[in-house]
Amino acid sequence: MNVQERKAENGVNVEALLGAREALTEAPEAAAFKWRATSEWINGTHSRATVDGFFGLGEEQKHRQAFQFDADHPEIFAAEDNGATPVEFILVGLAGCLSAGIASVAQNRNIQLRSVKATLEAGMDLQGILGIDDAVRNGFDGISVYYEIDADATPDEIAALVAQSQKRSAVFDIVTNPTDVTVTTSKA
Amino acid sequence: MSIRMQQRPAGIVDVVVIGAGHSGLAMSRALSQRSIEHVVIERGEVANSWRTERWDSLRLLTPNWMSRLPGFEYQGYDPDGYMTVDEVVDFVTGYAGYVAAPIISGTEVTRVTPAADGYRVSTTRGDWLCRAVVAATGAFNVPVIPPVADGVPTSVSQLTAREYRNPAQLDDGAVLVVGASATGLQLAQEIQHSGRQVMLAVGEHVRMPRVYRGRDVQWWMLNSGILDQRIEELDDPQRGRRLPSPQLAGTPGRATLDLNALQAQGIETVGRLAGIRDGKALFSGSLRNVCSLADLKMNRLLDAFDEWAECNGIATDVETAERFPATEIGASPRLGCDLGSEIKTIVWATGFRPDYSWLDVPVFDRKGHLRHDRGVVDAPGLYVLGLPFLRRRKSSFIHGAEDDVRELSSDLFDYLDRTARRPAAAIGGWW
Repeated sequence: MNVQERKAENGVNVEALLGAREALTEAPEAAAFKWRATSEWINGTHSRATVDGFFGLGEEQKHRQAFQFDADHPEIFAAEDNGATPVEFILVGLAGCLSAGIASVAQNRNIQLRSVKATLEAGMDLQGILGIDDAVRNGFDGISVYYEIDADATPDEIAALVAQSQKRSAVFDIVTNPTDVTVTTSKA
Repeated sequence: MSIRMQQRPAGIVDVVVIGAGHSGLAMSRALSQRSIEHVVIERGEVANSWRTERWDSLRLLTPNWMSRLPGFEYQGYDPDGYMTVDEVVDFVTGYAGYVAAPIISGTEVTRVTPAADGYRVSTTRGDWLCRAVVAATGAFNVPVIPPVADGVPTSVSQLTAREYRNPAQLDDGAVLVVGASATGLQLAQEIQHSGRQVMLAVGEHVRMPRVYRGRDVQWWMLNSGILDQRIEELDDPQRGRRLPSPQLAGTPGRATLDLNALQAQGIETVGRLAGIRDGKALFSGSLRNVCSLADLKMNRLLDAFDEWAECNGIATDVETAERFPATEIGASPRLGCDLGSEIKTIVWATGFRPDYSWLDVPVFDRKGHLRHDRGVVDAPGLYVLGLPFLRRRKSSFIHGAEDDVRELSSDLFDYLDRTARRPAAAIGGWW
């Protein structure tokens, strides 16, 4: 058995995360975050969203810079394709969340990652959003995520990384469980 | 001073043990061996919750040879079998006689409050004054029902694992069993066998074969040292304490009870019950992942058994190592079902919590959980016994009482020595 253990370096500050876990156990009010985005319609099915500030640790926070995302629909929808389709942003969010989880869990378990590639696919029957068939839902009929991971670990250890990251993923929870949504508008 | 405080107490002792289950009785024996004056107050009879709060077909999850208490062992003819509820009652009652515990039965503790030099234990039959209290009232007092239950339509009958006795209690029609611990799986199987279609909602769970390499899985758990694992060895002690009971059943045939077995019997598995909206139950899309987590965890456990067997030179005494098929999940598990038209009954097998509503001492955290360090409660002279992983993984097992009682009673003896009794006259003035 190799006594001298190498320290994995995946660029995740696990000590900070574990410290935050401990601190937020003691101060649950600081754990209450609010995530925000704004969006403005441009033209047609094209809109532009901006992500800038959020609330957490008891105060307003800011990203290092404002990030903008163009959302549109492809040309076969008779649109201009100025950006990703909104449903594709869901896949982007899920991949971003799961991969971040994999890196964090790997770091915590001292597993060196060399590459983590995810391929996502979601099925959707357009008869739902087009109102052709009431029995068909608007959204995805399922999402499949395929991970190709090269790491210093056994296949079971890699499977456990992927499983644990799902268990602790916000976006995985959001897409697998119902969420109450309130949409309001200002009075004209 | 209230009138109540001036009433003559029913008795004055050094220690009041609350609950005459196996833990309370084991503590009583330790106290008797030290000639410490005490009583064991029991709301019903010895082993009360076993007599009144368990379903008919339940058997222990541990084989008979493991059922032992300090100074007392299983003496029956079937060491590899699993005790029925009646047998557990007989076993614990036998122990009460063996240790000649000073039991005050049919007496419910209504309130425990700090008093001069200790505690006042108010009961339905008078108050007791004591220097120390041991709460051995069990961990499974109150069924935990998730908040989503608020949305269940009135046309659906509901009951918890505590009220469930047998399938004859249930209306005809399909049943949704919520929870995939030993309880959920056992009830699901029994109800399905009664001819009612069962749907089982599955969240995180612990999968284990009943028999591994020819030995009961509990034999492996015990001998490899896993059951002796101490709470302070865990990275996440809270998680260890919250772990649901492993999917096991104590049947004479020693059959493995897992989701594959249940699905082969026609039970439909769905994800965790995530919500109820407009009379429709919504199930989480996380079923595959919770099954994958449980499969991986089971395989790590079996790896640990194999490694232990190899290192201890017993690998040849047992059968060869094996691995079990992964949990099968159909192509598209259902994400919802109609309550009322489709499901007629919901059985909540979603766990239990202890009831300390009688404990009027400021020892609870902001979530209402008892503040204690491995059974030593955060108030002088107050102790708790028999909770899952209180000190060791085996703490809530019958055989787990021995080590916990030895350590906690030693702390209790020290406490009684440190706070040596004042002269009776002086105390009398206070009381």
